[in-house]
Amino acid sequence: MAELLRTHPLEGWSAAFERLPDTVRITVEPYVAMVDVRLGPVPAEASTALGVDLPTAPNTWVPAGTGRAVWLGPDEWLVSSTTETPEELEARVRAAVLPLGGSAADVSAQRIGLRLTGARVRDVLAKGCSIDLHPRVFGRGRSAQTALGQAGVVLLALSDAGDNHGVLVRSSFAGYLAEWLLDAALEFTPTPTR
Amino acid sequence: MTSTSRTPEGGRIDRATTVEFTFDGQTLTGHPGDTLASALLASGRHRVATSIKLGRPRGIAAAWAEDPGGLVQIEEPFPEPMLLATTVELHDGLAAHALPGQGRLADVPDSARYDAVHHHVDVLVVGAGPAGLAAALTAARAGARVALVDEQSEAGGSLLSGTDRLDGVPALQWVAAAVAELAGHPEVLHLQRTTAFGSYDDGFVLALERRTDHLGAAAPKHVSRQRVWRIRARSIVVATGAHERPVVFADNDRPGIMLAGAARTFLHRYGVLPGRQAVVFTTNDSAYDAALDLHRAGVRVQALVDARPEGSPRRREECEHAGIRVLSGAVVTGTQGVERVTHALVAPFADGEVGAGSAIACDLLLVSGGWNPAVHLFSQARGRLRYDEALGAFLPGEELDGLAVTGSAAGVFDLAGCLADGQRGAGAALGALAIPPAGEDRLPAAPEPVVPAAPLVLWRVPDTSGAEGSTSFVDLQRDATVADIARAVGAGLRSIEHVKRYTTIGTAHDQGKTSGVLTSGITAELLGIPVQDTGTTTFRPPYTPVAFAALAGRDRGRLFDPERVTALHEWHVAAGAVFEDVGQWKRPRYYPQPGEDMEAAVLRECAAARTGVGILDGSTLGKIDVQGPDAAVLLDLLYTNLMSSLKVGSVRYGVMCGVDGMVIDDGTVLRLAEDRFLVLTTTGGAAKILDWMEEWVQTEWPELRVHCTSVTEQWVTLPVVGPRSRDVVGAVFPQVDVSTEAFPFMTWRDTTLDGVPVRLARISFSGELAFEVYVNPWYAVAVWQRLLEAGRPYGITPYGTETMHVLRAEKGYPIIGQDTDGTVTPHDLGMAWAVSKKKPDFIGKRSFTRPANADPLRKQLVGLLPVDGQTVLPEGSQIVEFLPDGELPPPPVPMLGHVTSSYRSAALARPFALALVKGGRSRVGDTVHVPVDGTLVPVEVTGSVLVDPEGARRDG
Repeated sequence: MAELLRTHPLEGWSAAFERLPDTVRITVEPYVAMVDVRLGPVPAEASTALGVDLPTAPNTWVPAGTGRAVWLGPDEWLVSSTTETPEELEARVRAAVLPLGGSAADVSAQRIGLRLTGARVRDVLAKGCSIDLHPRVFGRGRSAQTALGQAGVVLLALSDAGDNHGVLVRSSFAGYLAEWLLDAALEFTPTPTR
Repeated sequence: MTSTSRTPEGGRIDRATTVEFTFDGQTLTGHPGDTLASALLASGRHRVATSIKLGRPRGIAAAWAEDPGGLVQIEEPFPEPMLLATTVELHDGLAAHALPGQGRLADVPDSARYDAVHHHVDVLVVGAGPAGLAAALTAARAGARVALVDEQSEAGGSLLSGTDRLDGVPALQWVAAAVAELAGHPEVLHLQRTTAFGSYDDGFVLALERRTDHLGAAAPKHVSRQRVWRIRARSIVVATGAHERPVVFADNDRPGIMLAGAARTFLHRYGVLPGRQAVVFTTNDSAYDAALDLHRAGVRVQALVDARPEGSPRRREECEHAGIRVLSGAVVTGTQGVERVTHALVAPFADGEVGAGSAIACDLLLVSGGWNPAVHLFSQARGRLRYDEALGAFLPGEELDGLAVTGSAAGVFDLAGCLADGQRGAGAALGALAIPPAGEDRLPAAPEPVVPAAPLVLWRVPDTSGAEGSTSFVDLQRDATVADIARAVGAGLRSIEHVKRYTTIGTAHDQGKTSGVLTSGITAELLGIPVQDTGTTTFRPPYTPVAFAALAGRDRGRLFDPERVTALHEWHVAAGAVFEDVGQWKRPRYYPQPGEDMEAAVLRECAAARTGVGILDGSTLGKIDVQGPDAAVLLDLLYTNLMSSLKVGSVRYGVMCGVDGMVIDDGTVLRLAEDRFLVLTTTGGAAKILDWMEEWVQTEWPELRVHCTSVTEQWVTLPVVGPRSRDVVGAVFPQVDVSTEAFPFMTWRDTTLDGVPVRLARISFSGELAFEVYVNPWYAVAVWQRLLEAGRPYGITPYGTETMHVLRAEKGYPIIGQDTDGTVTPHDLGMAWAVSKKKPDFIGKRSFTRPANADPLRKQLVGLLPVDGQTVLPEGSQIVEFLPDGELPPPPVPMLGHVTSSYRSAALARPFALALVKGGRSRVGDTVHVPVDGTLVPVEVTGSVLVDPEGARRDG
């Protein structure tokens, strides 16, 4: 039988994203497996079992295999993988943390990832994000759970130059955020088309 | 029309370019760099408004935002009411007219863009005058992150209005070099046309940038017209300068009467002579500069009237050398003229007594009563002010952490002092932030300051006109006078806040920039108390008016409130769905076919679900993953019924109550494993219930080994509903035995579709045979299509929330929040069966033992059937009953309850309703009445379950 067709919430936005200038590039990073991990104190075994040292510094992320481990709270992380299916990731992580008193839930479709790159990205984000995104403060490895416009997001600093950010937004808010971003980028768009 | 009052040269205007504008329909010209006020004055026009209460002519009395008089209506490029001519930058095509008191709002939508930007700095400097520029340079040179904001079109502050020199060259050369140097620092944000209008706790400052206002029709459409900067500063240097203060005298409001410093600004900055014959009235040395500058520019200065007995010996000599007559120990007691001042009435003044006077002809009367430091931002940040007797002004009275006031705003009025004070303020800020200062931080050399003669503090000139202060204007915009203050004091008011509200002084656009301290002084005089004891009224944001459009920013239209949509939204749109707002969600309400209204569509959709098969997008249902060895313990505590006895593979309906025993949410629970549940909440309750669970786990039961995670958007939920649903689901998921025996009601089964995990659950919110299909939303469209495809032979019908509501209401299933209102217990809903009598405790249990909860007259959920079989009762309708004699009770007629849900039923072939009715269950069979459009509709009270009360349909 044919493979089941996949769709994501921002299918209809790709053309508009493509019209953006290089100073504000938006690319959609859909279909990434993500699991929400809850774990009290992080014992040494956790690292071995998970294959990553879960970051304990608030508002940081670290690479984890093909994905990332993002600190969401004192006992909560978001672990992602670009090579595993949601079920595989949940099963692997759950098996690792369950014996340690933790839990893991597949949240792959809860959020969709956007990659924002370019020299003007920080200016676009500053229109709706109240935290300090200066590279000295929000360099690679930093993360934040914050509001962008009126959408809650997980924001990841992916470069030390402040020109590469990951945004994870609730899938149902993705269309709103896409519209918000395009509107915010309008003044950096040489020939306004909207 | 040519400029009649323009100087031959000088000023900061671009004389090579001419712009055309209209005022009161008359076409006039000016230059880039002009304000509307300077262009009007250049064309000889002083009167720009008519006062609101008394209808007196009013003109331009100041050169910037402190002007109390010169409000105009803008018509082009976009209608805006009541802007100050002094702060409107001139551009081609500007059209304005004089205001008769009030302006008018535009009656067309504003198509301009407005936005907001967050910005973080080490040091925020407010004001780009000498102190502010010095501060910004010091901070920038140290490598700090700096923002410098200034409300004028260009930097320089007071230097733009004078002839000061620094390092032996015109001071504006130093300003230009400073601006260029700041531009070279990558961590410096320098914004002109930007007013810091509010300062709040923790270094948070709001500023409004007017980005394209000055461009008129040439403003690019894709750039915001105005921008609110939301600046978070670790340290703030306030260098906002000072406002000149007038002296109050009779008829002090005529066009042609203005602040002395404003005349210097019009002369030096705009190259405008604000008059031909001037009288200057002062209490201090600063106005001598205006007199001398105007004299040099060719204005005939008729007299300099100095209220001080000895005047200023040094400045007097300068004036007399220039041929200007100086009258010391004299005051202006009144004026003549209607459209413009024609005479100043000047009289000797000694020991508070006014002598016999004479009229001096003039078309310009300049006034200076001293300077009020602009302490607004300091005061907004809760800084305490102190009254300075010598200056007759309020100054910062304490040090604030993270906010330093420098320069004229701190009472430093000489150039060298302002520069040094700005540098000092920034140095202190850097020190507090542990940012090492730059090695080289030179200030330009300013002339040695000359100590001025002591000013005289004079709030008002005694009124000798006979008007008893009723033409001595304190607040020109509010037409409020000395007589009004006297009336307030006479009425017994002593607090300056009360005097403000009684007289309305300080409540106009300028928020008392010229009138506030005058009111304090005059009130103190009338009460016979020190000015310090009167104090000032509270300074509140905004410092200058801010348009609501700017505050709304981009949060309007489509971006006003986020629209949440499901993975199937595009399909719903394409299918012609009419949407309903459910919280922030857009949910299909119904899918009209051509020619159908809502009623027809819903009847068709209901019939399909009850006789064939329907399908719903139920994805917005809240979903919470509850994991851990104590998951069942937690759910037993949260739900009124027992969840721990649920078997893996099964589903149970449950009700949650608050601590008061009132229903807060309901839904089904799937037991996925011994230590794992999937909790379903209502759409609106999703976030609230997760918070509720977290609150109890974190604060009351931290010992429970359980974690709750929102998975609302991890699963789409697609109920397939109706007698033929088994056929459809069985066809799409052939690996599952969908027979009632193998897959009974209230159980779930996992399967796959092309390798993708799918969960099926026999849950019914309609009373029909139904299967809920759960799948990762990545596959929502594909699975939905498969279900539609498989359902085609049975006429599968997508239905929306309206049909969902009808189907559930026919079964008496309540919607929490629609059929309940926070005062309804499970028992009131007829769900005593869902309240455990065995569990030792659960949230709400204790409240159920309250006697009031056992009151048989509590409102209970019942069904209503209009006796006529026709009327659809409006939801919210009141329910009343007749007395035994067949009459209504006398008004107010007691209400028995209200209609909570009401629909037309396809299954019943008549309308029906659910209602909360006092003692409802004991009234079943009774007839009560519902007023509808003025008639009383008889309705029969029934049980709440109207369709299939035996539950025979749910297994198909």
